[in-house]
Amino acid sequence: MKGSIIIVSFFIAGVILGTFKIVPPEFSNLELSYFALCALMFCVGVSIGKDPNALQNFKSLNPGIIFLPLMTIIGTLAGAAVISFVLPLRSTAECMAVGSGFGYYSLSSIFITEYKGAELGTIALLSNISREIMTLLLAPLMVRWFGNLSPISAGGATTMDTTLPIITRTAGEKFVIPSIYHGMVVDFTVPFLVTLFCSI
Amino acid sequence: MFVVIGLMILGIAFGRIFRNQNLKATSKLITVLIWILLFLLGIDVGGNDKIMNNLHTIGLEAFIIAAAATLGSITMAKLLWTYINRKKESL
Repeated sequence: MKGSIIIVSFFIAGVILGTFKIVPPEFSNLELSYFALCALMFCVGVSIGKDPNALQNFKSLNPGIIFLPLMTIIGTLAGAAVISFVLPLRSTAECMAVGSGFGYYSLSSIFITEYKGAELGTIALLSNISREIMTLLLAPLMVRWFGNLSPISAGGATTMDTTLPIITRTAGEKFVIPSIYHGMVVDFTVPFLVTLFCSI
Repeated sequence: MFVVIGLMILGIAFGRIFRNQNLKATSKLITVLIWILLFLLGIDVGGNDKIMNNLHTIGLEAFIIAAAATLGSITMAKLLWTYINRKKESL
């Protein structure tokens, strides 16, 4: 939670500096953000590659739960595609690109800004923050109405860190491993799906 | 744009090879890079009058997409949950 607040504070600080033109607008046109993104993705790769127990914990999973990340992805993309017909200003692919953030607002908004500009990038940031907050607030209701797996699907890519505590509290301790597994798989798909929907 | 994904895959290979090395700095570096990039996005947004004047519309669109995506995913989760429990009963 503290980490999220710091991240959002950096964004807001940027907005304030940009609004009052304290920083010249040309500043953001520099290649700096592209190089920072490249460095970021390399580091994300290293953090995945170096973790030796990444796949070992998952042998005890219920076979059905293996499909949970796939269900999350299909459901999210279907929901985003359907709702795009209600939003006159956004294409179906744009809505699906925003949905492909799966709550991973930092990375998805950075990617979408790079590919589609700051406007859709801001939508991605706000939308994926909203998804995380919805999961944190509504997890108890989700469990009651949609079953124990629903807060995991709702949490998307965040179920191995920020939404893990609320998931174990509402769905139960035995969902810790499924939740971490789900978060890692969905997390890994974010750059691929966002790139895909930004290029069509 | 595929350069970026290529770099991630390169990073995974690097991480596997140097798994025994001390790579603790990576997670700190990731955090700092995210700070920098969102700060830069903020500057872009703040300096863009089109976005700043339409912030309420943009916020509403963002919320609607989030709600639809979440509802879609929990509906699929319910289907899987029902399926898993049905299979258990038949055993």
